[in-house]
Amino acid sequence: MDNLLELQGVCLTYHTKNKETPAIKDLTFSVKRGEFTAIIGPSGCGKTSIMTLISGLMPASGGKIIIDGEPVVKPSDKIGYMLQKDELFPWLTIMKNVMLPLEIKKKSNDKAKEYVTTLLEKYGLKEFADYYPNQLSGGMRQRAALIRTLAASPELLLLDEPFSALDYQTRLSVCNDVHKIIKTEGKTALLVTHDISEALSLADKIVVLTDRPSRVKNSYELDFDKELSPLKRRENKEFSQWFETLWRQLN
Amino acid sequence: MEKYSYEHALYLKKLRRQNIVVYALRFGILASFLALWEVLSDTGVIDGFIFSSPSRILNTIKSLYLSGELFSHIATTLFETILGFAIASVSGILVAVVMWWSDTLKKVTEPYIVVLNSLPKIALGPLIIIWFGAGSGAIIFMAVIITVIVTIINMLAGFIEVDGGKILLLKSMGASKRQIFTKLIFPASLPTLVSTLKINVGMSWIGSIMGEYLVSKQGIGYLIVYGGQVFKLDLVMASTFILCVLAGVMYALVAFAEKSLLKRR
Ligand SMILES: Nc1ncnc2c1ncn2[C@@H]1O[C@H](COP(=O)(O)OP(=O)(O)O)[C@@H](O)[C@H]1O
Ligand SMILES: [Mg+2]
Repeated sequence: MDNLLELQGVCLTYHTKNKETPAIKDLTFSVKRGEFTAIIGPSGCGKTSIMTLISGLMPASGGKIIIDGEPVVKPSDKIGYMLQKDELFPWLTIMKNVMLPLEIKKKSNDKAKEYVTTLLEKYGLKEFADYYPNQLSGGMRQRAALIRTLAASPELLLLDEPFSALDYQTRLSVCNDVHKIIKTEGKTALLVTHDISEALSLADKIVVLTDRPSRVKNSYELDFDKELSPLKRRENKEFSQWFETLWRQLN
Repeated sequence: MEKYSYEHALYLKKLRRQNIVVYALRFGILASFLALWEVLSDTGVIDGFIFSSPSRILNTIKSLYLSGELFSHIATTLFETILGFAIASVSGILVAVVMWWSDTLKKVTEPYIVVLNSLPKIALGPLIIIWFGAGSGAIIFMAVIITVIVTIINMLAGFIEVDGGKILLLKSMGASKRQIFTKLIFPASLPTLVSTLKINVGMSWIGSIMGEYLVSKQGIGYLIVYGGQVFKLDLVMASTFILCVLAGVMYALVAFAEKSLLKRR
């Protein structure tokens, strides 16, 4: 299996007037095509910064980031970035919201519209296409945000703590939905979170980061049954063993 | 028509009753104020020559109308106000867009804007008269300069306030600065735009009346100054009343535009 994403010795230092903050130092890891990778690390260790670098919104201070064989220099069509909040535009309908990336990339033709409509239909939002975001529940909004991320058919999804704004119950079910959607659409995904159980219930591989400046502390291939949904995984007996291992790593 | 529960019907009824009370009180206060004014003036408790009275105001407006002057004064002031309002609003928004676009330009021009904002524009009166002559041009310029600075400051603040997360989202989709403005910044700032326009209505009235105080031979502001000079206080009161009506109508128009513009939020 080949690597869709590769980070080689990536460094990042933030400069402000009064000080410089080394956020990332010599970070090396890779993500295989079709794999769901989760990065966990304590709050403030530089997880969002990693996403910002991979999505090409900011240049790294050193090292290389390679997507599908090409170095990242600017936002790439191969990437769909889903931020911490859903960031749906309140003045646009759900349909117009999910069409936004296509609109921006000037690819909003009939075929694209059809694709987006099938996505909405498949994931239970079709009746809500003409609703406005504030008429939807938190879970539905998050699903809409994911469909928006998928709309321009990216190969790699970047998910930055996508469930942190949801309450616990909703989080579990949206987590399930998101897993299903990503697996059905056959996407590669990179999730960052500080929540161990979230990472465990979703990922095929987990990368543990150190405190800031972040480096890879350890990485694990999870061997859960591929058919298990995130909710079912949580009930699995290996889950708690993994949780303990990772918890030790983080503390 | 949907069928409501008994409780909801009661609630609606209460709401309607509250509404009626508010309107009745509003109207009642105005009516009793006018009646009291009229009575006090008729019975000589207050001097009608100095304080005027509703009937004297009506008569003044009637005679202005009969002499054919009424509408030409109104038209003059309306023209100056609306033109000042339009020029200031459009150019203020454009300047705010440019300042949003270039961070350097924003930083460079900020102190100038601040100083211009705190400068009492009436101080420029003599200069404006010399530059634009004693006519409509000077008055419109006064309305513009009073309104435009506030427009720039409000609109720029609105643009800058837009959620950084949404900007990041658009950038990650590869959006250009222009797309960020048209897809996000501008639509997100529509409420600011509407509230700015509302403020501008008031500002441009201040500007045009102030301008007329300085130079004019026509218009509502002129009538007020003239009335004061020749001690025709009925004329002053009548013009002020006309001004209230005009400003109210213009405000209502903007409020209507607001409703249709922000329907969806
Ligand atoms: N724009 C910035 N300027 C300066 N420092 C920053 C900036 N963004 C983040 N940081 C610092 O970098 C560190 C990592 O931030 P972040 O990537 O947001 O962490 P995480 O997402 O893991 O919570 C934090 O200590 C934060 O204070
Ligand atoms: Mg973060």
